[in-house]
Amino acid sequence: MCWIVQIFGLLDLRIFDKKCLTLPIISQLHIQSMNLRIRKGLQLNIKGAIPAGARICDAPAAGVYAVIPDDFTGFVPKVAVKEGDEVAAGAAVLFDKAHPAVKLVSPVDGRVKAVVRGERRKILRVEIEPCAISATAARPAQVSASDPRTLLASSGLMAMMRQRPYDIVPNPESTVRDIFVTAFDTAPLAAKEATEGLSIFTADDFEAGAALLGKITEGKVYLCHDSSWSFGAVKGTEDVSVEGPFPASNAGVLIANIAPVNKGETVWTLDLATLGRIGRLARTGEHCFDTIVAVTGPEAVEPALVKTIIGSAVAPILKGHMPDTERHLRVISGNVFTGVAVNPADGFLHAPYRQITIIDEGDDVNEFMGWASLSPAKMSESRTFPGHFFRRLFSPDARLNGGRRAMIMSGQYEAVTPMDILPEYLVKAILAHNIEDMEKLGIYEVAPEDFAAAEYADTSKLPLQKIVREGLDYLRKELE
Amino acid sequence: MASLRNYLDKIRPNFEPGGKLHALHSVYDGFETFLYTPRTTSAPAGAVHIHDSIDSKRTMIIVVLALLPCFLFGMYNTGYQHWLALGATSFPFWELMIYGFLTILPRVAVAYIVGLGIEFTFAQIKHEEIQEGFLVTGIIVPMICPAEVPLWMLAVAVAFAVIFAKEVFGGTGYNVLNIALVTRAFLFFAYPAQMSGDKVYVATGTPFGYGTALPDGFTGATPLGQIATQSGPSLELLGLDGKIIDTWQAFLGLIPGSFGETSTLCILIGAILLLATGIASWRVMLSVFAGGLFMGWIANTFASPVYPASYLNPLDQLLLGGFAFAAVFMATDPVTAARTTTGKYIYGFLIGVIAVIIRTYNNGYPEGAMLAVLLMNCFAPLIDYCVVQANMRRRQARLTSKTARQ
Repeated sequence: MCWIVQIFGLLDLRIFDKKCLTLPIISQLHIQSMNLRIRKGLQLNIKGAIPAGARICDAPAAGVYAVIPDDFTGFVPKVAVKEGDEVAAGAAVLFDKAHPAVKLVSPVDGRVKAVVRGERRKILRVEIEPCAISATAARPAQVSASDPRTLLASSGLMAMMRQRPYDIVPNPESTVRDIFVTAFDTAPLAAKEATEGLSIFTADDFEAGAALLGKITEGKVYLCHDSSWSFGAVKGTEDVSVEGPFPASNAGVLIANIAPVNKGETVWTLDLATLGRIGRLARTGEHCFDTIVAVTGPEAVEPALVKTIIGSAVAPILKGHMPDTERHLRVISGNVFTGVAVNPADGFLHAPYRQITIIDEGDDVNEFMGWASLSPAKMSESRTFPGHFFRRLFSPDARLNGGRRAMIMSGQYEAVTPMDILPEYLVKAILAHNIEDMEKLGIYEVAPEDFAAAEYADTSKLPLQKIVREGLDYLRKELE
Repeated sequence: MASLRNYLDKIRPNFEPGGKLHALHSVYDGFETFLYTPRTTSAPAGAVHIHDSIDSKRTMIIVVLALLPCFLFGMYNTGYQHWLALGATSFPFWELMIYGFLTILPRVAVAYIVGLGIEFTFAQIKHEEIQEGFLVTGIIVPMICPAEVPLWMLAVAVAFAVIFAKEVFGGTGYNVLNIALVTRAFLFFAYPAQMSGDKVYVATGTPFGYGTALPDGFTGATPLGQIATQSGPSLELLGLDGKIIDTWQAFLGLIPGSFGETSTLCILIGAILLLATGIASWRVMLSVFAGGLFMGWIANTFASPVYPASYLNPLDQLLLGGFAFAAVFMATDPVTAARTTTGKYIYGFLIGVIAVIIRTYNNGYPEGAMLAVLLMNCFAPLIDYCVVQANMRRRQARLTSKTARQ
């Protein structure tokens, strides 16, 4: 048996595969900047992008803000406040059961309006009503920048980061091999202004943030951006210029192509806004909760950039952007791949707080024999649809567009997964609860979002992100 | 259209739990999802909110469309061979087509009724949606059998294949072997007299009383059948009219053979559709032909009178018999083929090689494509296993080399 494997090992030197990545050789030498070209992925043309040169306008102040622990995977919430308590912006409202130093904080000065619980008393969110606060209100912890881990944990910024393996809120005590900052977003309709937090953060913030993170990791702080990056080289970071379609901006894809995670290693990931917030806190002591939200999507009226505060209710942000229609709409806080559907009337902005996408729900449509359609309006990666050949903008809705099936087509997941991973086999190992195979197939390198493109393209309509999330949770439960 | 939708909505309660027709809910679901795109929408969180428009219905229907040229040609050729055997000199197009159509119609009907009937039953038992896999299988099966295969045999073979090669494994997507080929193999081994030899490949009957019957015991061998019984180095393949079949005729497909697989031209049209739409894997298809050419060339280079088929030039190996049909429509079945990229090349190449080996070096089986695909279906998981192991070892090596450096 062994020799057969050996022979196939030789054959698998990717001589047949069209080379998907041009990897610069990463040596142990100090490289200041590198280029990464990612070819595999999805290039979706969806209607409702932010027009070029759009101005940023302020959203009307929201009457209520929410801290939603479900946004922070791996964070097991315990309440630090009671209803009616006064909290200052940056003061803890929730802390993590496993690591009590890790907090989620209030984004505004105000009063705790409600701790909303769901089934089995699960904490769904803490709602905070902004108001003037008295001197007795809970204040943010005072931590010096010389203790970076405590500073991040207590300010709620650590919860905004993620760690590989498991794609969860980092364990504050872990040894960190490298830190990856994603400074661009290839998801459909993402806006550069929102990703970069234009007019909120300065290059000084990013430098201060990188300096603080540099104290945490033994390795490097990689700053990955695309060619439209506005800030130039940021001191203290390894500059990586990336080109490619979604999911090129996923931390998992970047890590896999720059310095893959091995078993036993921990890598932290964060987005640029979090880096800016860390820097601002380290530099000036200010807790910054401002964010720019791109209101986008085929159904959005006049897509626009809106400045608001994280955790804000969505209603004031959506004002003037919701169409007046009888059709069912889906308002997604986030992008169409990884966002959360929210109720436009009483929903809240979810992490990572930079995009809202409005699409048709589609459950009120009668499409006769949709599988046989030759309409150029059908969006597809498959060349069986005429729309594939036109450079037009599509208005997809939320339907699965088919029934759930066993895996039938092969190679579909690989075609949109720019990592040296066999997604189909990893998914099968997860479904089989085979821990040994999961490890060998690279489960430590992936996050659910890395399977979003495959989930979109899948003919069999399998819920891949959910499967991977459950696999990661199962693995963590078994191994920790 | 609205009235149809209203009608479906009106009768739906009958099929829901507690309704009097609940036992047929899979059938209802099957028709409803066929007529209207399901309204199921994405989960509110933890999933993508938009999905590609492609689904397995469209995938399967493209394959059926790709099979249509072969099917239409099969109708014509069935009539043509029949007329040729009668000694006709003129070949009225529509009469030929009608004869072929009437001959194949009951076979297609039996294949679909038996196969879909079983699928519906299993879907009902398992409370699942009806799966589309048999849409393709049901049309392929009559195309790879002699046009006049007895209906009851076809029914038995389809039932065997669908139950024992597919449903016991879990249904579409879980089968190890290609269902259409299992049907063919079952017929071939269970009823060899009706499935091989020189008596079965020309339609002799009068379907629904149409046409003129040929005398009992009429013989008309397929080219590969002639080769298998040939002795000596001179290789002459004759058509029913006694004229020599050249490469061009083999390409066009006006030769005796199974209903739908004689015309390489029509198969090529189907292949173009499958590749242009990206439904079939070009890697598999290309490597099957490469393997067939390679082994055909070897066999031809070392031609010997003991193995008459070794005198065929490599191109003829691809044109005759079911080779091209198997390469385009059988080997590319994504469920039973190798699923890894590297694996597909190996899988396809070996199908081509083995098909030619079987038909050349085993005089008992004039056609090797069926057995080659079935054999490689069995080995596809092993090929994939090896490719997956290689990926795992790369990851392991990365870790080891890193530990060693430190």
